[in-house]
Amino acid sequence: MSTLTALARAEAVAAGHAQRITTVRHLHVSDRPLVFLPLSMAGEANAPLGALVGTDPVEPKLLVVPQPRNRDQRFGFAAELAEVLLPYLDSFRGVTEAVAANRGREVRYRYVDAPQVLVPNSAGIGFVRLFGRSTRFRRTDGDYPVHPSVPLLGQWLTFLADRAEHPGSGMLLAMTEALGLHWATGQSALEDAHLAALLAWIDPGDGLTGADAAVVAEDPLRWPPAGPATDPTFDNEILAPAMTAYEEAAASGEEVRRSRARGVLEEAVRSQLTPTWELMWRGVSLLRRLPAGARVDGRWAEDRDVFSNFTLYVDGGGYPQPRRDGAVNAAQRLHRLERALQSYAVQRAYDDPLVMADHRLTGEAFVGEVTLADPHRIDDSGKRRVLRPRIQVTTGDVVLVTVGAVLHSPSRPGQKARVVFVTPDLSTGQTDVVLELSGGLGRSLSPAPGSVPEVGDRLCYTTLSDSFMPPGEFPSREETPWTHGGPPQAYEEPVAPSVEDAREEWA
Amino acid sequence: MTSISMGTSRNTAERLATIRGGAKPKRHNARTIAALTRNPGCARRAVLDTAGVDKQRLAAYIDFPARFGQSGFAIARGNAFESQVKASGAAELVKLLRERLGLPIPEVAYDDLETVTGREKETPEVRYARSRALLLRAAAGEDGAGTLFDHPLLGLDVAGQRVYLEPDLIAFQHEGRFHVVEIKSFAVVDGQADPGKVSAAAIQSAVYVLAMRQMLAEAGYDPEIVAHDVVLICPRDFSNSPTAVLVDVRKQLAVLRRQLGRMTKVDTMLAALPPNLTFDLAPDADGVPTRAPEALVDALQTVDARYAPDCLSVCELAYFCRAEARGCTAALGTSAREELGGIEQVETALALAKGELSPAEEQTEAAALLRNAARLRAELLAPAGVTLPPTLAPAGTSVAGAAG
Repeated sequence: MSTLTALARAEAVAAGHAQRITTVRHLHVSDRPLVFLPLSMAGEANAPLGALVGTDPVEPKLLVVPQPRNRDQRFGFAAELAEVLLPYLDSFRGVTEAVAANRGREVRYRYVDAPQVLVPNSAGIGFVRLFGRSTRFRRTDGDYPVHPSVPLLGQWLTFLADRAEHPGSGMLLAMTEALGLHWATGQSALEDAHLAALLAWIDPGDGLTGADAAVVAEDPLRWPPAGPATDPTFDNEILAPAMTAYEEAAASGEEVRRSRARGVLEEAVRSQLTPTWELMWRGVSLLRRLPAGARVDGRWAEDRDVFSNFTLYVDGGGYPQPRRDGAVNAAQRLHRLERALQSYAVQRAYDDPLVMADHRLTGEAFVGEVTLADPHRIDDSGKRRVLRPRIQVTTGDVVLVTVGAVLHSPSRPGQKARVVFVTPDLSTGQTDVVLELSGGLGRSLSPAPGSVPEVGDRLCYTTLSDSFMPPGEFPSREETPWTHGGPPQAYEEPVAPSVEDAREEWA
Repeated sequence: MTSISMGTSRNTAERLATIRGGAKPKRHNARTIAALTRNPGCARRAVLDTAGVDKQRLAAYIDFPARFGQSGFAIARGNAFESQVKASGAAELVKLLRERLGLPIPEVAYDDLETVTGREKETPEVRYARSRALLLRAAAGEDGAGTLFDHPLLGLDVAGQRVYLEPDLIAFQHEGRFHVVEIKSFAVVDGQADPGKVSAAAIQSAVYVLAMRQMLAEAGYDPEIVAHDVVLICPRDFSNSPTAVLVDVRKQLAVLRRQLGRMTKVDTMLAALPPNLTFDLAPDADGVPTRAPEALVDALQTVDARYAPDCLSVCELAYFCRAEARGCTAALGTSAREELGGIEQVETALALAKGELSPAEEQTEAAALLRNAARLRAELLAPAGVTLPPTLAPAGTSVAGAAG
């Protein structure tokens, strides 16, 4: 947590409601997100109990598993979920756009939109990952055949869960994290993981303070947990009797009795999910109200690229993702995530002066006014005469950059500024920084109009760079060094699921 | 039933009895001992736990009930898994132990110390003595001393109280090493499990390792013959079939030792408290408390707490302490408190940030940073017109309003 965010939390305590920690929204919010609220049965390994799912705020689809320990019912749930999720994913496969690739020598196509799935919290993302794992290796033939949509659903859920790990991706988001990125509450991060309490701070309503509203929101009777774990009291007092009654009714063979018992069970599950369903859409509308940052679209385009590629992979009969990545794949993936994390952090700072302020506070960035400018300065010390304008920026911020460091300005991409002098004035608390500019000045020895900041301009300079980071190089999978276990094992590669794979889960 | 150990003086024991009041001391178990290692700096918790006060009952009575429910489904699943692993002389377990520990089978003897005689009728002391005798025979390497001991009763001194613990199982390996085996019903999927659950299991197992080591050391054996690697048995993937993993609990052992060592120094803590301090609920003949809740709240406030948001998941009194800590930076979490320069009160931090309060000497640096931060927030939020969106939801759907 940065000092600015901690201060915002302190301000939230005093103000009685959450405080903004960004000036813009840093993630894409779809026009048509799919909200997915899974519930799992306590004690079981990710056994679905039910879910509310859908794109229509007023008409969610309720899925219920009357006996979560029953294997057929579990995969029946998967098939029902697939009936909602797969058509939703397909609905984005209409219009494509052409994108220049390989420095303009080739053209590739990507879909103009992509799916966005919203779950309440990070445990919801964990559910998606594990349910993907439990379904993607299933087979449609053999001993325990499942509906053909089940393994496909598993591949897509795994894909979404993988994207959720990718910093800056918006394909699978946890609402608590999406809101927490933009607001600081007057409670701890631990308590922010409770969606109702978090929203209570952002929007307390009814003349309550955030703190009071959050206490109300923590009452599981009024605001059931947002899942996937259920409230133990609900389990013991409502769910368990309803399940037992259903089992007895089903065993009796009387259809009327069975369907009545199922109705009771459905209402019980629905009662736990409906409040969260409303919170989710309130979260969506809160996020929509924020103006999007300038680089949000670019990151969403990456998501669309990845979505388009994965549809090709699946269409081509691609095998399910392996249980574990092999050494080379894992290293590549980690490298991708690290690059994404860095570029996401830089992009947010470039898009949002309030995020940049974190870096100003630590001395990695400063904002100041141009007080001197020599736009026509020529450097003739080398073999060739080059245009190297100099400017002096005067700032009240803490300046910790050193002479020789290369800085960038978010408003002037493509231009570098080398630090020549740093002169603090202790009497005024101001610092003069002389910068030598290169790049983005045009081709001649006199600068293109507007390419050199003028006296009086207010600018931000930072050590953060948005420029392209070349990817690292890795050996091919066949050449995995022995230090890393040698070439991948079968379970580390995507392969067709075997009969054992389909059976393994049940003993 | 409470034996007074050497570390606790007669006086201290009487003080603790007064603090507890008429009620029987709340028994510790591996879970509560493990919980002691969280937030060791909290005097309130240390005093209440050492005295054996029923914190759950106390919290409920002063209207800050703890929310530690356990689902019947989870309990049922846990029991079913445990009995499956232990069925037919622990057949499944033996197979796993062979693979993991290299237990030379065929001679596996399985002693269930729970069912030897009706457990209900036996006092813990008797069961402990029996477990101790059996385990010491095994440690001595006597023939036919057994291999697997189910439900042995172990003892540990916690703040001068003898606490009895019941591990799920202990395996004995022939090469002269004991291993603690813990059976848990959370799944290990593709070799990975919920880290929170694994660390909870590890610290509980460490309590058993410590208790066994203490017992063997007292009998003159090398305590290190109890391995610091415990065997964790969990369901594999999404199935019911068990898998075994070795978990190294050396770190947990060190934490436990330090914390248990602290608790024996309860005398110093008691010296600072009012002599007549008590958390007695003063129940009447029907067991209904007669003492005013306010009096108990007053009593609680005489003992300093060190609230941190983590407490919510481990301590029964956490909701009370949280309410009390309103307005403290600690309530915002450890990292927020640190970023605010370790300043205790939110109000102070804000006043320093606004420059309305001149900082004490040790606050100068923190205050400068806070003033800078406040300047930046003010500079950037005001022109952008970024204020909190007013209530968004249509009437009747706000958080508090929709609940009715």
